[in-house]
Amino acid sequence: MTPIESLIYMLVFPGFLFLTSYAFFCQYLDRKLYARFQKRVGPPFIQPIADFIKLLAKEDIVPKAADNRMFSAAPIVGLAAVLTAFIFIPVLALHSVIPSFEGDLIVVLYLLTIPTLAIFLAGWTSGNPFGQVGAMRAIVQMISYEIPFFLALLAPALIVGSWSLGRILDYQLGGMWLVIFAPLAVIIAIVTLQGKLERLPFDIPDAETEIVGGPLTEYSGRRLALFRAMLDVEMVVGAALIVTLFFGGYDLIISFSDLPWYLPVLLNAVIFFVKVLFIVGILALIKAVVARYRIDQMVSLSYRWLIPLSVAQIVFIVVLKFGGWLI
Amino acid sequence: MKRPGIMIKDVFKRLTMKPVTSKYPAEKSPAEPGYRGKMEFYVDKCISCGMCAKDCPSFACVMEEIDGKKRPVFYLDKCMFCAQCEESCPKDAIKMTTEYELAHLAGNPQIVK
Amino acid sequence: MARVTIPIGPQHPALKEPERFMVTVEGETIVDADVRIGHIHRGLEKLFEQRTYLQNIHITERICGICSFTHSTNFCQATEYILGVEPPRRGLYLRTLMNEFERIHSHLLWLGVAGHEMGFDTLLMWSWDDRERILDLFEDITGNRVTHAFNTIGGVRRDITDAQIQRILHTMDIMEERTKAYIQVGLNEQTILKRTQGVGILTTADAKRLCAVGPRLRASNVKYDVRKNDPYAAYGELPFEVITSDTLDVHGQLVVRALELLECVKMCRYMVQNLPAGEIRVKVPRKVPPGEAISRTEAPRGEDIHYLRSNGTDKPERLKVRAPTLANILNVAHTLKGANIADIPLIVAGIDPCMGCMDRVLILDRDKESCKVMSAEQLREYSIEWYRKEAYR
Repeated sequence: MTPIESLIYMLVFPGFLFLTSYAFFCQYLDRKLYARFQKRVGPPFIQPIADFIKLLAKEDIVPKAADNRMFSAAPIVGLAAVLTAFIFIPVLALHSVIPSFEGDLIVVLYLLTIPTLAIFLAGWTSGNPFGQVGAMRAIVQMISYEIPFFLALLAPALIVGSWSLGRILDYQLGGMWLVIFAPLAVIIAIVTLQGKLERLPFDIPDAETEIVGGPLTEYSGRRLALFRAMLDVEMVVGAALIVTLFFGGYDLIISFSDLPWYLPVLLNAVIFFVKVLFIVGILALIKAVVARYRIDQMVSLSYRWLIPLSVAQIVFIVVLKFGGWLI
Repeated sequence: MKRPGIMIKDVFKRLTMKPVTSKYPAEKSPAEPGYRGKMEFYVDKCISCGMCAKDCPSFACVMEEIDGKKRPVFYLDKCMFCAQCEESCPKDAIKMTTEYELAHLAGNPQIVK
Repeated sequence: MARVTIPIGPQHPALKEPERFMVTVEGETIVDADVRIGHIHRGLEKLFEQRTYLQNIHITERICGICSFTHSTNFCQATEYILGVEPPRRGLYLRTLMNEFERIHSHLLWLGVAGHEMGFDTLLMWSWDDRERILDLFEDITGNRVTHAFNTIGGVRRDITDAQIQRILHTMDIMEERTKAYIQVGLNEQTILKRTQGVGILTTADAKRLCAVGPRLRASNVKYDVRKNDPYAAYGELPFEVITSDTLDVHGQLVVRALELLECVKMCRYMVQNLPAGEIRVKVPRKVPPGEAISRTEAPRGEDIHYLRSNGTDKPERLKVRAPTLANILNVAHTLKGANIADIPLIVAGIDPCMGCMDRVLILDRDKESCKVMSAEQLREYSIEWYRKEAYR
């Protein structure tokens, strides 16, 4: 990969430019579906971008009680982390281009943790009581969903025997999608992803009827826009990670080998992003049919059900593996 | 059975339905036939008794002298459309219609004479 | 652990209307709660004394935006008691019908608000969509969606047509189906159960001691309903059950309200099918002879009391309104103790508060810029003092 190519990969496709616009589209789809589930009309197609631009143009206020540097750094760090995380996810079916290495799954998972920390810091340093309560809730929630999330995403790595997203994807090419072996892990991953994205039923940190805007209460203007964009991109990255690990990434069983080389690559990328949309749809569905948990209930749900279940899934896979039923 | 997500089936059913929200100014939404909206006043029936002005709870109906005859004038900005004037009128000179789009710019009040 | 006092309100996203709760917390648990009312005092009771009875019908309707009809029913009833007139049966039936419609739309509204407070916005959108059908019925039958202006002293102002009866029956079928669906959701949706069960428990003894009213009282397992215990309008002739729940919590209130919806549907069907023929109103004089009367109705939120004193003119001398929220706000302060911070919105929303109807008196000391709370004894002395100074009008 030449430097120019990697620059394009990072900044244009599937990096920054494409990713943010795709994230806005996902936000549109999420909101539209949510609205249609509720028999509403929903936002027009352009709404997420219009919101973003409007927020960019708004006055940007830093409260006196807030730590100015931390207050400004938090959204940028969070957004940068999720944008970086997406680069490691194999989108193009070009082995020479995918920057895959042993352990990039761990890197992506760590990068996905940073947004929550950014939100915590944002809330904690904003000097607003609602922000501080929200920040505390965000951290408590993090220690409860992060464990089952990691355990669930460990399952594919165990089956394949590699920490590399590229290898895990190669294993699944041709229809051996790992959702067959680890259906429980998929469910747990999707549920905990809701917690990670602070959406219903786990939108406890920014429960609007309890603590106003949560950690982002004091945010306005550009910084709020960045935070919003961060959450959208995080949703895309989380969904893309699940697609890559469990649903065979860009694979669609049929092979396009008799076409010119660039067509399959393009088709595969389209398939990948459609699958991501499917996951986003599931996330919107979950959001529509549940009420919000309380923070103590969230912790107990996580430790009583999600963690034991994900451990059971792992034990099941280990048994399969050592029994010789898995390749 | 007690479980989360009991409404999933219903939710999908809603997906196929038409949204309840209508794009109001673009598509008109007529009021129900029994709605009490802007009133009509038939000056030829009026006998200037002043019952409407006396009973109006919000003083939207005021007796004024126009062309040498005392008769009610309805200031719709104050009116709360209770139709008490319609009821109090002994000669049925006041009639409510279903018109409800009464928004207007400042300095240009809606008055029914 | 350190005690922190958090002000909830007057402006807070959980409260739709300004009211102030001073909540003392230890960690996430509330140890003490205090309610300060009076933030939206509107001076309505003074206004009543300056308007004629006919005008007051329309003003009593504006006490509350949701239970508007029950307030005007109450006022008309009190006036009828003093006048000694009895509205014709058809009028009473229509009045009762509207009261039950109001209960349906208010309970659906509560269901949506409770759903919103626990983050269940889909429930909010759905129940308010169904509520819209009732509002459309109101618009067709009475002439307006919220402030109906349907009541008058001595009966009701509009008659109902056969086409409207068919429409009501059709709507009631839909309502029954939808309500049953909501009951299924309310009883089985795990996340709702998690948020409502065991939250805001008010024991039967406490409910009686703190004079709770309405669904809050019935959720505390007290079988009390003005419609049954002191029938007014046509309620004496209607078949219905008083719903109670023994779970004492917010979920009990949800169940009581949902099952009451079914009872309402049943009553509405009975009423339109057995609507008596005849007149809908009697003519009443404009001037009301001296006297006083108390009228009680069961508003969707609970018992609503109007006290009316007349002095022979066409204006009432005094009209005192005791809205149901005022009776319920005491037990909110009580049930908040021991609850979780996250449960505050749900407990407060549980009684279906309507602060606008509740606030009656506010004493502001303009010189000291302070807000005073007076005991009953002080208030009595103050009023005696005040009337001694001012000429009695």
